[in-house]
Amino acid sequence: MSVQPASITWFASHEFSLFWRDFWGMMTAGRRRRGVVLAIVLVIAALLLHLLAHALVAPWLAQGVVTDKATFVLLTGGGLLFWSVMLSQALESVTRAYYARADLDLILSSPASARRLFAVRTLAIALSTMALAALLAAPLIDMLAIDGGPRWLAAYGVLAGFSALATAVGVFITLALFKLVGPKRTRLIAQIVAAIIGAGFIIGIQAVAILSYGTMNRFAVLQSSSVVAAAPDLSSPAWLPARAAMGNVPDLVLILLFGLGALAIAVVVSARSFSHYAIAAAGVGQARVRHRAARNFRPASPGQALRRKEWALLRRDPWLVSQTLMQVLYLLPPALLLWINFGRSAGAATVVVPVVVMAAGQLAGGLAWLALSGEDAHDLVVTAPVAAGKVLRAKIEAIAAVIALIVAPLLLLIGFLSPVAAGIAALGIFASTASATAIQMWFRAQARRSMFRRRQVSSRAATLSEAFASIMWAGTAAILTTGPAILAMFPAILALLVLLLAWSIRPRTSTAG
Amino acid sequence: MPTPVPALDIHNLSKSFDRPAVDGLDLTVRAGEFYGLLGPNGAGKTTLLRMVAGLLQPDSGSISIFGIDTARDAIAAKRVVAWVSDEPMVYDRLTPLEYLQFVAGLWEVPAGEAEATARELLDWLGLMPHADERCGGFSKGMLQKVALAGALVHNPRLIILDEPLTGLDAGAARQVKNVLLEKVREGVTVIMTTHILEVAERMAERIGVIAKGRLIAEGTLDELRGRTRHDQGSLEDIFLDLVAEHSAAA
Repeated sequence: MSVQPASITWFASHEFSLFWRDFWGMMTAGRRRRGVVLAIVLVIAALLLHLLAHALVAPWLAQGVVTDKATFVLLTGGGLLFWSVMLSQALESVTRAYYARADLDLILSSPASARRLFAVRTLAIALSTMALAALLAAPLIDMLAIDGGPRWLAAYGVLAGFSALATAVGVFITLALFKLVGPKRTRLIAQIVAAIIGAGFIIGIQAVAILSYGTMNRFAVLQSSSVVAAAPDLSSPAWLPARAAMGNVPDLVLILLFGLGALAIAVVVSARSFSHYAIAAAGVGQARVRHRAARNFRPASPGQALRRKEWALLRRDPWLVSQTLMQVLYLLPPALLLWINFGRSAGAATVVVPVVVMAAGQLAGGLAWLALSGEDAHDLVVTAPVAAGKVLRAKIEAIAAVIALIVAPLLLLIGFLSPVAAGIAALGIFASTASATAIQMWFRAQARRSMFRRRQVSSRAATLSEAFASIMWAGTAAILTTGPAILAMFPAILALLVLLLAWSIRPRTSTAG
Repeated sequence: MPTPVPALDIHNLSKSFDRPAVDGLDLTVRAGEFYGLLGPNGAGKTTLLRMVAGLLQPDSGSISIFGIDTARDAIAAKRVVAWVSDEPMVYDRLTPLEYLQFVAGLWEVPAGEAEATARELLDWLGLMPHADERCGGFSKGMLQKVALAGALVHNPRLIILDEPLTGLDAGAARQVKNVLLEKVREGVTVIMTTHILEVAERMAERIGVIAKGRLIAEGTLDELRGRTRHDQGSLEDIFLDLVAEHSAAA
């Protein structure tokens, strides 16, 4: 049966076919055999995650799940964690629907209805938001259903309702930003808000846990008697999602109606103004930024010129600065823990050192990608009379300086608590930074800086090895701080093995430079 | 009298990807001349010029720039070469002056000298009013002019341009052409590829035609006319004839 061109179904099938080709291409890189390998890896990973989830939920279910405030607080708190991730993802995707120009110019210049396209894209965002949340929550929900009864499958319905709600809220926030700050700033502010929402809840709950209980266990605060006592009564509508997730059908229907209703209103309201704002967003690239008159040229060696350029580009990209600061934001809870333990005990260093080591590795990975792969004037730098090694060294120095600037105050704080722990942290930071930079160097592929968001998609091997290496170095530092040094050898050896593996599978190119 | 050193001397140069892109090519460009390099799409022009600029490694053959073997001393060769492609290589978040300062740093041009040249170039190209604006909001023509200024700020002896006029309006194209002709008058060598044959016809002293990775014809416009049946024909007639003849022979 043929579909009426430019209808909602036609747009939906077009979007789905684009999504599927992108997804399949990304997963298999065009090789069918990779699809089989990937399927096997996914099945094994899913089994492992389900086993882990079983270990988490089985003891809780064994105690007997009572419909009381403590259970509701735990479920609602956990649900809020998921919803913050959903909202963050939805907000970012909605903004992208307005600003990504891939096929928008073609569709907006055609006689097809932009309203229908936006309606389809908004629904697609809701579906992908739900898919992400389901991916994260599936092991827990499945094991709750297996160990505690099928009523827990209702949690999937709650996820669907809340993903629709997250998308609707994302649409309304974007529209409000367009009205309040204009198309020039909407994207940046929405991205920052999305990042803060994504991380804010976790960071906030950690900070509360630290202040109240002196631990970084984010669930400790949800189980505390003072929080449970302060929570609303059992009859409160605040517990509607928790009751629905536990299999209460009327509450589940209410949640679905509320979420889907909000999404329908958002689609109707926003579809009317979509072309207007999408066209306004297209004009943003034309805006010019003027700086104060340049100072006289400063003498510079090629290395200095490269370093200054990297720092200027980083400083002038507010989105990149926000992404970098997000890593720093994650360091706030450990910093808080250090602060409240200041002068009292060296125990806090045990918690803080691995977090700092891990964050430094992640930060280095992002910065190294920008400096090594995200070189907008690649041809210019390669045709310059500077040895490739010198270029590389200058760029690595630029990255190292930024990381040093960020971690130095934390190292100083740790040093006041325990000089030994500070030394271990410094070594760990060096190892994780060097590993992440080396991996980015081996996997570098020329790209525009604006592709930063997609860097993790472009090389999954680099992303995974970078994360594993950082985790292993963080583990090494943690064991060195607390336990017998000999045990630290194991994660350190694993980190080196990850590096060896990454090096052995690095792509080989014939391009100069 | 000793023979002057050619600006570019290429012997038996080859580069293959899935198939040969440049196939045993020989080419000599004299110092101080404006050389036009023509060829149909996929003929190997860009691959050839990227090897000369040091952006690709040849599979075999040699490239010599003003007597410097690029395989032996790539850095020395790069010192005298500038590369301009059809996609301007400019940073969105730097101003034209900052960009030129960066390029001058890479080529180690003394700061005072670089600043004077940079301001002169921006003035010459009509970019001085935008010298302190970020390049991010510039049109394609303005970006191409910034890239050209970057290529000239270190006073190269050989400028290689790959389709530099693509996407430029008449005014910007005229400015770029004038700058290039002025540089040739000053003794700089220019090698340029273009699909706008009128430009090559009017500007180039000698023209080389590449097809399937080989140089199939070379000479002044009159010399090329002599090789075809178009005694008074335009470069377009001659070019199409030469390419068709080569395809038929192959």
